[in-house]
Amino acid sequence: MFYKYYKNVSLTQRVPEPMKKPVFLAAGILLFIGMMVASCYQKNTVKKSSSEQTVSYNFDIRPILSDKCFACHGPDAKKREAGLRLDMAESAYAKLKDGKGVAIFPGKPEQSELYKRIISIDPEYQMPTPESHLGLLSETEVGTVKKWIEQGARYEKHWAFTTPVLPKVPEVEKKEWPKNEIDYFVLQKMERAGLVPNDEADKSHLLKRVALDLTGLPPTLEMQRKFEADKSEKAYENIVSELISQKTYGEKMSVYWLDMARYADSYGYQDDEVRTQWPWRDWLINAFNKNMSYDQFLTWQIAGDMLPNASKEQVLATAFFRNHKYTEEGGVIPEEYRIEYNIDKTKTYSTGILGLTVECAQCHDHKYDPISQEDYYRLFAFFNNSKEVGYEGDVSQSKPAKNPMMSITDQEAKTLLSFINRPDTSRLIVSVMGERDTLRATHVLNRGVYDAPGKVVTASGLPSVMKFDTTKLPQNRLGLARWTTSKNNPLTARVFVNQVWQEFFGRGLVKSTGDFGMQGELPTNPALLDWLAVDFMNYNWDIKRLVKQVVTSATYRQSAKITQEKLKTDPDNIYLSRGPRYRLPAEFVRDMVLSTSGLLNPKIGGPSVKPYQPKGLWESATSGRGSLRSYQQDRGGALYRRGMYTFIKLTVPPPSMIIFDASNRDHCEIKRSKTNTPLQALVMLNDPTVLEASRVLAERLTIKSSVTEEKIKESFQRIVCRNPTEKELKLLVNYYNEEAAVFSKDKKHAHKVLNVGEFPHEAKVNENQAAALMRVINTLYNMEETITKS
Amino acid sequence: MEKQVFDFGINTTRRHFLSKLSLGLGSAALGSLLIPDIFKGSGESDMNDLVAGLPHFAPKAKRVIYLFQNGAPSQLDLFDYKPMLNKMHGEDLPESIRGGQRLTGMTANQAKFPLAGSVFNFKQHGKSGAWMSELLPHMASIADDLCIIKTLNTEAINHDPALTFFQTGAQVGNRPSMGSWLSYGLGSENQNLPGFCVLLSRGKGNGQGVYSKLWTNGFLDSVHQGVQFSSGENPVLYLNDPEGMDRSQRRNMLDKLSELNQGTYEDFGDPEITAKVQQYEMAFRMQTAVPEITDMSKEPESIVKMYGPECLVPGTYAANCLLARKLSEQGVRFIQLYHQGWDSHGGLPNEIKGQCMDVDQASAALITDLKQRGLLDETLVIWGGEFGRTNYCQGTLTKDNYGRDHHPRAFTVWMAGGGIKPGVVYGETDEFGYNIVKDPVHVHDFHATILNQLGLDHEKLVFKHQGRRYRLTDVAGKLVNGIIA
Repeated sequence: MFYKYYKNVSLTQRVPEPMKKPVFLAAGILLFIGMMVASCYQKNTVKKSSSEQTVSYNFDIRPILSDKCFACHGPDAKKREAGLRLDMAESAYAKLKDGKGVAIFPGKPEQSELYKRIISIDPEYQMPTPESHLGLLSETEVGTVKKWIEQGARYEKHWAFTTPVLPKVPEVEKKEWPKNEIDYFVLQKMERAGLVPNDEADKSHLLKRVALDLTGLPPTLEMQRKFEADKSEKAYENIVSELISQKTYGEKMSVYWLDMARYADSYGYQDDEVRTQWPWRDWLINAFNKNMSYDQFLTWQIAGDMLPNASKEQVLATAFFRNHKYTEEGGVIPEEYRIEYNIDKTKTYSTGILGLTVECAQCHDHKYDPISQEDYYRLFAFFNNSKEVGYEGDVSQSKPAKNPMMSITDQEAKTLLSFINRPDTSRLIVSVMGERDTLRATHVLNRGVYDAPGKVVTASGLPSVMKFDTTKLPQNRLGLARWTTSKNNPLTARVFVNQVWQEFFGRGLVKSTGDFGMQGELPTNPALLDWLAVDFMNYNWDIKRLVKQVVTSATYRQSAKITQEKLKTDPDNIYLSRGPRYRLPAEFVRDMVLSTSGLLNPKIGGPSVKPYQPKGLWESATSGRGSLRSYQQDRGGALYRRGMYTFIKLTVPPPSMIIFDASNRDHCEIKRSKTNTPLQALVMLNDPTVLEASRVLAERLTIKSSVTEEKIKESFQRIVCRNPTEKELKLLVNYYNEEAAVFSKDKKHAHKVLNVGEFPHEAKVNENQAAALMRVINTLYNMEETITKS
Repeated sequence: MEKQVFDFGINTTRRHFLSKLSLGLGSAALGSLLIPDIFKGSGESDMNDLVAGLPHFAPKAKRVIYLFQNGAPSQLDLFDYKPMLNKMHGEDLPESIRGGQRLTGMTANQAKFPLAGSVFNFKQHGKSGAWMSELLPHMASIADDLCIIKTLNTEAINHDPALTFFQTGAQVGNRPSMGSWLSYGLGSENQNLPGFCVLLSRGKGNGQGVYSKLWTNGFLDSVHQGVQFSSGENPVLYLNDPEGMDRSQRRNMLDKLSELNQGTYEDFGDPEITAKVQQYEMAFRMQTAVPEITDMSKEPESIVKMYGPECLVPGTYAANCLLARKLSEQGVRFIQLYHQGWDSHGGLPNEIKGQCMDVDQASAALITDLKQRGLLDETLVIWGGEFGRTNYCQGTLTKDNYGRDHHPRAFTVWMAGGGIKPGVVYGETDEFGYNIVKDPVHVHDFHATILNQLGLDHEKLVFKHQGRRYRLTDVAGKLVNGIIA
């Protein structure tokens, strides 16, 4: 019995089994309930109305084939079994190699070998084979495949590889609800699913949400009061305009791009010496703030150095590609690492900008996407002509930048590059891109290994995405930039608007933000995605305009309240019938604490800083070499900078950030996980940063007022960004009194409690009162709502 | 990864709310950080998901203690006895033996590759007749509990990629660590302690850093991340309450906090809120459980004697071995030790003595201790580095001094307990100790075998990420049947 239980539990990918959602059954769709359930499993297709009875290759069939069949019958020529390829119509319809029939006979499932095998129970005959561990198709999947073959087994080009066209804005019933085009697309889906949008969020929650989303900071008390008092129609639009024009907007937007660009302050690998890529971070913040168009933003980062008469700023932008790790381990083989850095660049470009995972094709033809190994190395070739070498000496010879590099003089930092926040006048160097004079040959590397070069290839964009026309485009990074930002490129705009959507709604319209390929998730609202992408391009790739569209939509402005019914029917909020509700990203948890306590140092840019960190972390994990072998904590204002400026040593990233799911910046990442762990609780309870903020605010408010309710109310408003309810206030006042009673028993107790952090104490503060208030404030910082955007 | 929801009524009463919480506390303990995976399951089968974390088949081992010898100890001075090297001391390594092996940049330019015989005396020990050098008297005394594998081999020749390969199954890339895979596959057995703990120590020999990416969860949920224990004031980061906060005050604060959060829950109905309250409760319990387990003051004299007096000095290898025993006793799934300092490119005879002084007694004591407690059968203990060292000398060779470069082709790792055959020497290298002549064990095979001992099929422990199915063993790995009891 025990043993049997083991056997029945499959550990293969713990994803939920298909949920039989009552709403679908209840909807009474005549055709093919099974198909519906199958598409629920994908969790992103939407319910079809009864008029849409056709099984879609892209939405219904390809996910099944890709998951269950393409590993052996897909694009990878080397792994292809029986010569059968199921991702293309001509080969799927063709006579099988062994001469016994065809895999797919359009219209006739019973004569299709594929169908016969997926329904077989004979382990010798059935597909997928038991050895593949892929698992058999579910009944509903089998049904869907059958229906598709009956309907003629029509193939379609992968949705993400077709150029988007501007869809018509759909009709909706609840005409008074939409505020802009986004809402029509969203509401149409909701109405078809029988869902009703939530009411608009109340003013305080809405303000907190949009302030956090646009600036990464909670609204100040003044802003809260102003917004509350503004009863005009345009109150919300006004506050959006105000927020988006603040410099903190650029900081907020940069954080996700820093993840993608795997920005760090050290080289990674074992000795992990310091590097200076931060001037590029300053550039990035500035680019977002001056609302550089996305096509230009990309062009500069991909090929700024190759633009005619490239300016220093344009060259600096290319540091984007030089944030990869760099070895200083004695004894490495330089070429092995040079290739490694190039692989990293290729990955960053493809995942971050094209939304494709191409690295499979580093070693073999891609198993799922039509990307051959040769295609991969043709893409790789764009980056392969960089002047860099794999190794420039060990840690004892380390410099803060590696070739090719640029220097920034004092004069330049004051004029051309005035966005750089330069603290001193020592020589500033940054690793950037720079081309060799003679072209370095790029080889296909067998098995992806540096010392197994094969055929020589020339640079080209991925042909399955869009043709790279060598008669019009140079075969270098500049050509790649043009290809990427062409309005015909089916991916670039879609991928970016989806990333922006993810920033604001917590999940993308395509959930797999980094994989728009065959194995990626399908868009939950394809028409909306395409509308956003085309509209974005039509309006000159204007990022602020896009962001404004999103945050002023009725969709975004909904309350985040979750009814039990919606929780059941749409737990992941795929239909967007409620507002987003998510814990803040790591950096913004810190920013929340610092800003609401008044400690935040609002300086923008400059070198990274080293705030409080638990003792011994760097010291216990160092080789003993290099300037970062021990942690030298900063003092004064540097302790209170925003989270995005915390020094990232790659081998020991800042712990409180990692605990809150920040990227470890090891490689390109465009989606963080959102976990909820006891270590997070411990940070909020015991981190000196949080305790110091609680203390500083408590001391200030204790001096300011002698009325307990007032002090608590103001703390609450600052931290939770709304008025406390009667009940909350009563509870907190009680708690305050309990704690004050404790402190009154022992004179030294309060003093001990207040003794945290380096920020100077308020003179003449009543310590018992301040300590009691500090406990209250620390409790507020630990509230779930405080660090949640809701 | 976003969580799915635990089916909670929005109008849940406070009592109901709290009783649900205690249910959560009592029954949910999956993941390295004790997070109930209830939030991962579908709405329908949430309770069944609480018993997820079952192995694929009956396991032989329940947990792993991995004594990683970081920097790569010299197999030729400890386990792989090669008198031929002493005979040919100073002569060049025949090219036929090297067979085109790529060299690190440290010796690639050496004109000669003079063979270096070990200066240490070797003897056979136990019924198995395992050879061990005089540097390991304590390990020698438990030779019959060990399965000594002489034929580990790897692909990497530099520390960073080699270490990463051993820990994550890939040389580069942000893949989950072995401990994270086990946490993901099997969950935690203990509700008050992390399921994957990491303990660091350092010897005086030439050191190579360790990095937190070695215990990363990669693309798995961060609940499966290794939790680093330290010898400082806080045994786990941020664990200690601040000055002036006693337990009853903390309890009072958490009660108030829970009430506030309950209010938010009534307002928003978001199950993440209840999850948050649970995490605070677990944190509160960890605050008691962790200091209890790291407190060595109550260990009896006999134990201190067994591990050596250093076991009372926090942060030493000996103390970490003792702590590892205590953690495993409490059901911690994966305990990863790293002892740095084995990278002897020069002055090896002297450096290795110090390293062996650090680890010999305590490693052996750990095995004996586990055995005495009847825990060795269910605990798999592993001892070894990221590669081996060359049979030829790096730098200047003298009669009694030499250095050795990195050697990936053959090196020694031992295992004990956990359903591995005791008293076995597995695999053979050639008389130069350079190449494998019998029974090679690749890193992927080693991983497959470890998972097997824990009841997991390495081909089935899969996680799909960005469209690809990932395994600890990537696309390779064969069980090493010859060492499985």
